[in-house]
Parts: sequence; C-alpha cells; structure tokens
Amino acid sequence: MMDRYSKLQMVGIYFAITIFLIFILLPFFEMFMASLRPLEHLFRSPYQFWSDDFSFQAYRDMWVTVPLLGRYILNSIFIAGMVTGLTMIFVIPAAYAYARLEFPFKNLTLGIFLGVNMFTGAVLLIPLYRVLRTMGLLNTYWSMIVPGVAFLIPTGIWLLRSYLEKIPRELEEAAFVDGASRMYTLRRVVLPLAVPGLIVVGVAVFIGAYAQQFLFAITFNQQRELQPLPAGLFEFIGYQDVTWNQMMAAALVGVLPVMIIFLFLQKYLVAGLTAGAVKE
Amino acid sequence: MVDTAQTQLEAVQQQRGRALPESVFAWLLIGPAMLFIAVIVAWPLAETIRLSFMEADLGGEQYVGLANYADLMDSRKFHQTIVRTFYWMFLSVSLKLILGLIGATLLNAAVPGRALFRVLVMPPWIIPIAIGCIGWLWLYNGYFGVLSGTMMQLGITDGPFEFLAHKQSAFYSAVVTDVWVGTPMVTLFFLAAMQGVPRDLYEAAYVDGASRWYRFRRITIPQIMPVIVSMSLLSAIFTFNSFEIIWILTEGGPRSATTTLIVDTYKTAISNFKFGEGSARAVVIVILLGTFSLIYLFFLNKVNKHYGSGKK
Repeated sequence: MMDRYSKLQMVGIYFAITIFLIFILLPFFEMFMASLRPLEHLFRSPYQFWSDDFSFQAYRDMWVTVPLLGRYILNSIFIAGMVTGLTMIFVIPAAYAYARLEFPFKNLTLGIFLGVNMFTGAVLLIPLYRVLRTMGLLNTYWSMIVPGVAFLIPTGIWLLRSYLEKIPRELEEAAFVDGASRMYTLRRVVLPLAVPGLIVVGVAVFIGAYAQQFLFAITFNQQRELQPLPAGLFEFIGYQDVTWNQMMAAALVGVLPVMIIFLFLQKYLVAGLTAGAVKE
Repeated sequence: MVDTAQTQLEAVQQQRGRALPESVFAWLLIGPAMLFIAVIVAWPLAETIRLSFMEADLGGEQYVGLANYADLMDSRKFHQTIVRTFYWMFLSVSLKLILGLIGATLLNAAVPGRALFRVLVMPPWIIPIAIGCIGWLWLYNGYFGVLSGTMMQLGITDGPFEFLAHKQSAFYSAVVTDVWVGTPMVTLFFLAAMQGVPRDLYEAAYVDGASRWYRFRRITIPQIMPVIVSMSLLSAIFTFNSFEIIWILTEGGPRSATTTLIVDTYKTAISNFKFGEGSARAVVIVILLGTFSLIYLFFLNKVNKHYGSGKK
C-alpha cells in the first residue's frame, strides 16, 4: 500500500524514466543508425532521420578496412583481464590486512593508497614513460597493463576491505584456535567466504581497466598489433576519408562481448559494490 | 587417535610459522602492493616534482629553480585555466549528483520493469570512455548529427550548428558528455544506498501520514548522506582529472575554451615536449587536488557526524 502509485503517478514515473534513458542511450542509438547508413549517404545534408537505403554492409566491410579489428577487440579484453588478475593478486592480501589486522602505520599507509586515487596517469605520463622505458616495457602489452594495475590497486583495496570486514570474525578465530596458521586461515577460511565480494571487486576493477585503456595505449605503445579497441578504432580515420559508418559498427561490435558478460554479472555487481560503499 | 592428530597439527603449525607476529604478517600482506605503487606512482611523482624545477625537453635538462612556477604565476592564461577547471568540475559534479539522485529515485520506484531499466542505465559506465566519446562526436556534428538536424527541422537554427566549434557550446557540450559518462555510476551507488535504508523507517513515517516528498527529504536523504558525500568527492576527483573526453571531443579547443588543467598539462608536456613546464603544471594539480580533498573531507566529516548522530 505504501508502494502503490496512482495511475497519474505511474505515468509520471515512466515518463521521467524514459527521458532519463533517452539521455543515456541516445549516443548508442545514433551510433547504430550511423552504422546502417551507406558512407555517401552519411554526409547528406540536411539531416534525415530515416532513409530507405539502410544496410548492414558496414558490419562486413569493417573487417576489411581495418584488418586487425578482431585483434583489437581481443587485445582490449586481454589487457583488462590481465590488469584485473594482477590487481587482485596485490589487493586480496592487502585488503585483508586492512580489514583484520592491527599494525604500525596502518592508517597512514591506507591514506597513501587512497591518495593515489587522486592522480590519473595523465599527471604522471612523462616520468611514467621513462620508468617503463627503463624497465624495457614500452611497446609491449605490459606498458598498458602495469600502469593500469597501479592505478586500480587503491580502489580495489578500498572496496574489498569493506567487504571483508563484514565476514564474521568468529570463523577465523575458530580456525586459529584449531591451530591453523595465519596464511592457512586467509586461504582456506576467509577467501572462500569472500567469493561474492571478490567477484564484485573483480568486475569493478575490470570495468575500470576496460574503460581507461586509451591514454596508456596512445602514449606507451606504438605496436599496432597490440593496440586495444579504443585506440584501434581511430584507424578508421584514414588519409583519404573517414569511414564513420564502419567505425560506429566496429565500436558497437567491439564492446558487445563485454556487455554480454556484464549482463550476467550485473546483479552481483550492483548488490556488492554498494555493500562496500554504504558503510564508509 | 586424538593424540596423534594433535601432534600432527602442532607439527603443521610450526611448519607454517603460526607464531608470525601480527604486524610482520600484515606488512608481508601489504608489502607487494606498497612496492608496486612505490615504483609506478610514487617514484614518477617524485620525478615530476624534480622535473618541475628544470628546463627540460628532448634535448636535456637544466636546473632553473622556480622559474617554471613563476611563469605560471604570471600567466593570465593559466589563471583562466584554473578558474575554468573548477567551473568545469563544479558544474559537471553538480549535474551528476542531481541526475544521479533523480535517476536512483526513479529506478527505486516499485514499478514493473525496473530491473530492465537498471540494466539500461549502465552502458556508458561499462564501455571504454573513448568509445562513448566517438558517439558524442557524431551527435555534436553540425551536418549529420541528430542534435543539429533536429534544431534545423524545428527552425531553432537556420543552418547546421557545430556544437564543438564555438567556445561556449563546446564547453557545455563537453560538460554534457562528462555528465553522461559519470551519471550511471553515481546513479547505481545512490540506488543501492536507497535500497539499504531500513523499510520500517518508511513504514513508520507512512503510518504517521508523512507524504512521499517528506519521506524522501527526511528519511532517504539523511540515510544515504554518507554515500552522497563519498560519491561527490569521488566524482569531483574524476571530473577534475577527466582527460579523454575533452581530448577526443575538442583537444582543449576551440581557442582553449575546453582546456582544463589536465589537458593543459598534457598539451605542454606531451604535445609540445616541454617536460619541465608540464611537470610544474602537474605539481600544481596535485597541490590543488590535495588541498581540495582535505578541505572537503574535513567539511564533510562534520556533515556525516551531524547526520550520523541522528540515526542511531
């Protein structure tokens, strides 16, 4: 009864939701429309909302115009996947320490980690370039993976820590009383219980890594075959002309795999992300 | 039986170094992450500070003391950039928070289809920022973009309107895109916070005859205040540092209309190879952002305490 709306209220809510969603989805809709228009038609002025020569030709041609497109799509997923895996390796032990243990400089070091959140790679590009050059990582996958990991570790620690804090302490204490070592307790008692939290943080890190590849890719990597999708897409801007319709088609197809994976995971994500955020 | 199990366990315990002191164990756990951050973030940061005292380019480095900073102090253009950056941040963050709050309230309403609506809100957050920007680049085009097209059909403008070619419209167009990128995350965090508000609070208020608006103002907002606080700081930092959006849409133009500090830094250091001057700008960013965050945290800690005390 409390949640019941009158007809008028229902109409109002749906109307407002529609406007909100139009704002969110309009660029995708326009990208899709552009991908359907033949190139010579694309630049027809005045603007036409509908035309009768829509076709899916661009979805076939794009693989020819940019032969490495498939590679770019996979590169994006590979880089984001590697970043996620590595980040989690660093984040899990650290988050556990901050959630459970008392040690000197706890708050100070946590503050330092969170301070890293304030920078983006863009501020540190020049020296970062030199560091990566010294380590011989320029123009390899690592040049895009390593900075990604560094800038996602703080977020990961922050999210996972609040998750781990929710796991009842008694279980660990019981294991400890039974004689398990600290490491054993972490591996065999805490981690299995934290799986939902690990999924959430993993997905959040993946999204971060997937969304922000562009800058590191254009700055640290010149190898065409290694480029992720956002950088690779700019190859559709050729010397002669820009094949916009194919670029849009490629962008939409390129993000499709991740969108589909995400659809399956979104339930956990929304529930879990917020479990971490609400507390602080 | 019990005895042997006991001895076995003890042996295992010793092997695994159970006696490890808590603080040593803790440092072993955070050590790798610390070290990684030190090499990839802290060292470059120190290097940036060093470079900011240098005249440095591809040719080499020469110590110039505070000259780079003095130049920035004197530069009217740089002052304008700072003002523009804060205006950009203020405008974009406010819009993200307002839209996020409205969006979350709508998606929290118990209407059929809301599970679907929640999914539909997420795409701008999940896809690479650069790809969303390509979509907006298209929308803003004067000749074949739908916005200009609609405006022409409605007779608002006579000819094609290039959103990114004029100083004012380019700035606000970039803001809109930034808001578009940032709103889904804010919305989802607010939504989840709203779902965490205990139902009995609403029920009690409902029984007392409180209106929806009253319940929103007096229950929802205070209850989700901590999340509003953390999201506003997080968004502020993201927006301040927002680079890709501006770079892809306008590269800071036309005539610097969309050049924020981060874009200015990138242009100086990477596009023009003035590493020293670029580093000085980067240091200014770190100082501004650090100060801003501290003031903000201090101020909002108070807000949190205020709301927190009323809760329990």
